[in-house]
Amino acid sequence: MSQTEGYNFAYLDEQTKRMIRRAILKGVAIPGYQVPFGGREMPLPHGWGTGGMQVTASVIGADDRLKVIDQGADDTTNAVSIRRFFARTAGVETTERTVEASLIQTRHRIPETPLSNDQIIIYQVPVSEPLRFIEPRETETRKMHALREYGAMQVKLYEDVARFGHIATSYDYPVLVNDRYMMSPSPIPKFDNPKMDRMPALQLFGAGFEKRIYAVPPYTSVKSLDFDDHPFEVQQWQESCAICGSDHSFLDEVITDDNGSKIYVCSDTDYCAGRVAASEEPQQ
Amino acid sequence: MYVAVKGGEKAIDNAHALMAKRRRGDTGIAELSVEQIRQQLPLAVDRVMNEGSVYDPQLAALALKQASGDAVEAIFLLRAYRTTLPRIGYSEPLDTEAMQIERRVSGTFKDLPGGQILGPTYDYTHRLLDFSLLADAQAEGAEEAAESADSKLAVEVEACPRVLELLNKEGLIENSRQPDEADQVPGDLTRQPISYPADRALRLQNLARGDEGFLLSLSYASMRGYGDSHPFAGEMRCGRVTVELVPEELGFPIEVGEVQLTECEMVNQFHGSKEQPPQFTRGYGLVFGYSERKAMSMALIDRSLRCEELGEQVLYPNQDQEFVLSHSDCVSANGFVSHLKLPHYVDFQSELEMIRRLRSESVEVQSGDNATEQPEAEA
Repeated sequence: MSQTEGYNFAYLDEQTKRMIRRAILKGVAIPGYQVPFGGREMPLPHGWGTGGMQVTASVIGADDRLKVIDQGADDTTNAVSIRRFFARTAGVETTERTVEASLIQTRHRIPETPLSNDQIIIYQVPVSEPLRFIEPRETETRKMHALREYGAMQVKLYEDVARFGHIATSYDYPVLVNDRYMMSPSPIPKFDNPKMDRMPALQLFGAGFEKRIYAVPPYTSVKSLDFDDHPFEVQQWQESCAICGSDHSFLDEVITDDNGSKIYVCSDTDYCAGRVAASEEPQQ
Repeated sequence: MYVAVKGGEKAIDNAHALMAKRRRGDTGIAELSVEQIRQQLPLAVDRVMNEGSVYDPQLAALALKQASGDAVEAIFLLRAYRTTLPRIGYSEPLDTEAMQIERRVSGTFKDLPGGQILGPTYDYTHRLLDFSLLADAQAEGAEEAAESADSKLAVEVEACPRVLELLNKEGLIENSRQPDEADQVPGDLTRQPISYPADRALRLQNLARGDEGFLLSLSYASMRGYGDSHPFAGEMRCGRVTVELVPEELGFPIEVGEVQLTECEMVNQFHGSKEQPPQFTRGYGLVFGYSERKAMSMALIDRSLRCEELGEQVLYPNQDQEFVLSHSDCVSANGFVSHLKLPHYVDFQSELEMIRRLRSESVEVQSGDNATEQPEAEA
């Protein structure tokens, strides 16, 4: 594929990419710290992945192979739209296979297949500030991060424990990176949080409207907040995937008829298809 | 049996085709040209230029056509184009005192040097539908009226000083700039992320790009008690201003064109503080085209956001710069609100699981010995 005429490789001009790469490097140097950057308008709306796209555009090269997922799936409309955007503007190869991708841009999930050290995963982030819903002011949250003053979040989690007997945050579950900065993992289900800890792949986060970039370097500790007597735990299902039979992946609930009957299927479509293919192979 | 929904690609292509068809409407009706939009819907074009942050009536008209007349969508199109444009340089500060005035009104002085000029305005029209416009042909006499407006009604106005400078002579109003104040190079929030607290120049840039409706409502609130605003429209002027640029290789300013602007200066009371005696203060609005509503709203919000520097208490959202500046942009606001249309299956699934668990736990606690009855039969 060739790239679109009239636009630079991967849409953004090289000056802008350099500015963004500098922000990424700073983010890698200070894991979990939100680096302000001169976010640009993208031809997609804010909240639809403009932050992730700017990061992807700044690190992508002609030899890269890009995978884009939304809710774990390659074929959701917004994932299709973003994948097409880079196929058009950068002319890069794209793939739906997790293992084949050198770059993975994602919204709301981490693939089930473990990532390797030669991969980069780029998260789309709507609200980069984990303390935003506790303290809406940027001037205040900046101070809280500087002083590592995260008591307010612990209190919020404690209030859940006091009311419900356990922590009632199910996605965008706050983490502490490298024992220093509190970070929003983006709205991934807390099911995915353990995958971030000491992940071999570089993790980059882009928030378009908030104009913030942050990063978790490979093999960095990412700890989900909890209490000694109420340890962090992830969702579990009693059901298995109706397509591949998986009993250990994140399952989406699908309503199948007017009576509200439902089945459960893997949210990670590539993982699910891979398991189906593997089970069919010996028979062929 | 459930079949995983595939076909996002095809759905997107079909959606684009359907939208193109809908935009065009009945093909039996002549297609609207970009030039017609530019000439006959100039106020819509002005709004798109303002919030799109590009002075280009033709592109703004094109954006309106492409967006089926949706202002916010058109603004977004223009913004996404703007972001790819290289910066050749920054213009010299515009001299709005040298404006070729087409309209100028003051709510504070009955007569003033240069006079009041009503110019083209809807202000004193009676809002009665003009059914003659329904007819396809031009309304009778419209051409003659247009001609006579050109020849007789247009007033040649010399450049004239701003009204508020007259008050300045008595020291009744704050200086727009202190005598010892040096030139400042304003920041550019399209290049650098805004950092709070933001200085006034950045705030004004943000407001000039801000959503007209949002600023209008906020300024309305500031006049209705949710704020301490007692404004007078010191001056509103519309007209053309020359833009000058100093090319590096020349070293002196050259004219690069003209822009149509609306400028508004509001006069507000200030009760004085320990350091300063009571005096009038200013709020400033400057926008492209004929955009008086926007210019006035901008001036009112500019003043309310100055409360901290004037030693006033921040009590209301329109005085809180993080609140106003973070939420004024229609492209961002529209993007984030509309992103709720994107799938959130995974988050929602997580919440479903959570709420089922919380409900079953609360039922277990409440029903005590009746615990055998499950709240929900899990299939």
